[in-house]
Amino acid sequence: MPVRIWRKPLDLEKAKPPKGEIHIIKDRCKGCGYCIEYCPRKVLEESEEINKRGVHPPQVADESKCVVCSFCTAVCPDFAIFVTEKPCEGGC
Amino acid sequence: MVQHENIFHPMEVFLRKSRIPHIWCSGCGNGIILHSFTEAVKELEMDLDKIVVVSGIGCIGRVAGYVNMDSFHTTHGRAIAFATGVKLANPELTVVVISGDGDLFAIGGNHFIHAARRNIDIKVICANNFNYGMTGGQQGPTTPLEAYTTTSPYGNIEHPFNLVHLAAASGATYVARWTTIHVRRLTASIQKMLQKRGFGFIEVISPCPEIYGRRNKMRTGLEMMNWLKKVSTIKNFSDPAKAEVSREKIVIGEFVDTEKPTFETILYETIRWVQEKAEQGE
Amino acid sequence: MTKNRAVLTGEHFLSGDLACAEGALAAGCRFFAGYPITPATEIAERMALRLPEVGGIYIQMEDELASMAAIIGASYAGLKSMTATSGPGFSLMQENIGLAAMTEAPCVVVNVMRGGPSTGQPTKPGQQDVMQAKWGSHGDYEIIALSPNSVQEAFNLTIEAFNLSEAYRVPVFLLMDESVAHMWEKVVIPRAEDIKLVNRKKPSVPPGEYAPFRPEGDDLVPPMACFGEGYHFHATGLTHDELGNPKTDSPETQFNLVSRLCEKIRRNVDKITKTEKVMLDDAEVAVIAYGVVSRSALSAVKKAREKGIKAGLLRLITLWPFPERHIAEFADRAKRIVVPELNYGQIVREVERVAKNASIKFLPKLGEDLHTPSEILKALEEIE
Repeated sequence: MPVRIWRKPLDLEKAKPPKGEIHIIKDRCKGCGYCIEYCPRKVLEESEEINKRGVHPPQVADESKCVVCSFCTAVCPDFAIFVTEKPCEGGC
Repeated sequence: MVQHENIFHPMEVFLRKSRIPHIWCSGCGNGIILHSFTEAVKELEMDLDKIVVVSGIGCIGRVAGYVNMDSFHTTHGRAIAFATGVKLANPELTVVVISGDGDLFAIGGNHFIHAARRNIDIKVICANNFNYGMTGGQQGPTTPLEAYTTTSPYGNIEHPFNLVHLAAASGATYVARWTTIHVRRLTASIQKMLQKRGFGFIEVISPCPEIYGRRNKMRTGLEMMNWLKKVSTIKNFSDPAKAEVSREKIVIGEFVDTEKPTFETILYETIRWVQEKAEQGE
Repeated sequence: MTKNRAVLTGEHFLSGDLACAEGALAAGCRFFAGYPITPATEIAERMALRLPEVGGIYIQMEDELASMAAIIGASYAGLKSMTATSGPGFSLMQENIGLAAMTEAPCVVVNVMRGGPSTGQPTKPGQQDVMQAKWGSHGDYEIIALSPNSVQEAFNLTIEAFNLSEAYRVPVFLLMDESVAHMWEKVVIPRAEDIKLVNRKKPSVPPGEYAPFRPEGDDLVPPMACFGEGYHFHATGLTHDELGNPKTDSPETQFNLVSRLCEKIRRNVDKITKTEKVMLDDAEVAVIAYGVVSRSALSAVKKAREKGIKAGLLRLITLWPFPERHIAEFADRAKRIVVPELNYGQIVREVERVAKNASIKFLPKLGEDLHTPSEILKALEEIE
């Protein structure tokens, strides 16, 4: 069920979703496509390049959309991708 | 995005780095199960010195060789019997059996039901990919009716097991079924099982696109995972006997979460009073 | 001072099965996993009764395959472990005996031999599993097998079996025929401090440097870490390298591993094998026997001497590795050898292989029909 905000929380401006930094171990990727498909924010896409295994590893389409849900990290069978949280700037 | 030559994946601490990348196919659910398990171990901050991973024969059987823990790769079907010996000999160890549907329920079926009956404090994670993948895709005890495998080229004529029903009926005190797309719940379930005492069993429905999927109209991992996502329905604590696994519907969730004295508890209690009695007699 | 309940020092009147169980406890066995089978059931029953008294664990598994797997698990978790069975159960255990040999797990398997094949004669003695003990599992490997001929020896050799299994990291079999298992005789159990025990070599290096299958020393036996000691090692039934990792695509790895598994026993054959020699020094005709048959053989040899025949007895205590040298020593002098066995021809084949120039007479007996001393004496008289 989608969350419907009935009232605006007082600290809404202060609540900032985390920003993610995506690390891709390109040569470990076997090209299953799970991270690309199941990212809820469509942060990743298939790249054109071909890695040592002969497949297209993912590449970041838009890192700004990443909120560190880490689903890509969890669903990757090959330990080829993980997300870290970028330290927040501008005081939060 | 960061590009390095030598990136250190945070889960590598739990893996034998020299053995990575693993041998599993692109899209194979085994890697997801391995990640889920190590994630659960990480969340619980478990002492890696006290975990023993025992596996059987099959693709998932290789998992024992990839974890940075004491591990043993046994003969086909005997992982649970071996694990029983380990746990009883050193009850401080957390013994986890990670094996496949054929290994645990065909050749190993007898050992499974007895360990569950005894409520031995071991944890069993079953990677159920509906066939014997390592040997090329033969039918197994969980292959769905009418599915195609190399030894059921005209469609499987056997009814498959309902593993959670079998586990619950045998006396397991924790029974759950998840799929590899439900990674968060799977990890949480593994965490819960690791903290519980008694025989715990988690069935993980896992894609085998290269071998099983290819013969059953789901040629890629994505097709299999999307199918799992589509047909799974979570029904926590519903009747495991009715928890079907079919092309149209897979019932997942936790089914059993009870307490019952474990084999070890009763055994050590018995040893204690026997020794007391012997001492009094001396 | 608490009494050592594991070692029942003193004189007892026990059966072979019970003496074997007591021997195991005295040797430090603290884990038994088994399945009932005539004529070995009494061992399981005695262990079930006695193990809790000494803080040990008894579990009755669902079958013999599980029993063998469980004792390997317990061994890897640090306990001295044992199982006991007979022919049909022994057949079931073979696959995991191969696993024990391949992963070099110290353990003791008692096979109280009965009439076979298949269900056979559950309550009658036999010596039909002797070759199976050596060759039962698939692949090339070596094991050690001992054969007691008295209840006292059942006690002593069980301790010896544990010591050998720990020293060589190998499954050791106690092949006791049903007669010895069920006969009742006096057993003297010594004081605990007089019983010599051997424990597995432990690693002398820290975890990062430990290789679970790298031999240390000339005996080709690797030190053994156990689960829970922080070594994080891996062991597998697949062909593996010294680190324990599977390596199935290298002929060199396979050769090194298999040859070491065999050589660690073959090279130490003189340290391992034991026989009893009776009047062999000047013997012109000899009997080679083991187990309960050796008792008739001893009587026959003594009677032969009374008749003026220079007869001698070589009683095999170690069946595997086969004590070739002990036979070769006298086979050139005593060119005539009688081999009585409770089977249709097993150890006699090894004797024929080793004593090529001797004339060998084989006396088979099956069922409860033990060889009488007269029968063996007759063979001694008639052999040319």
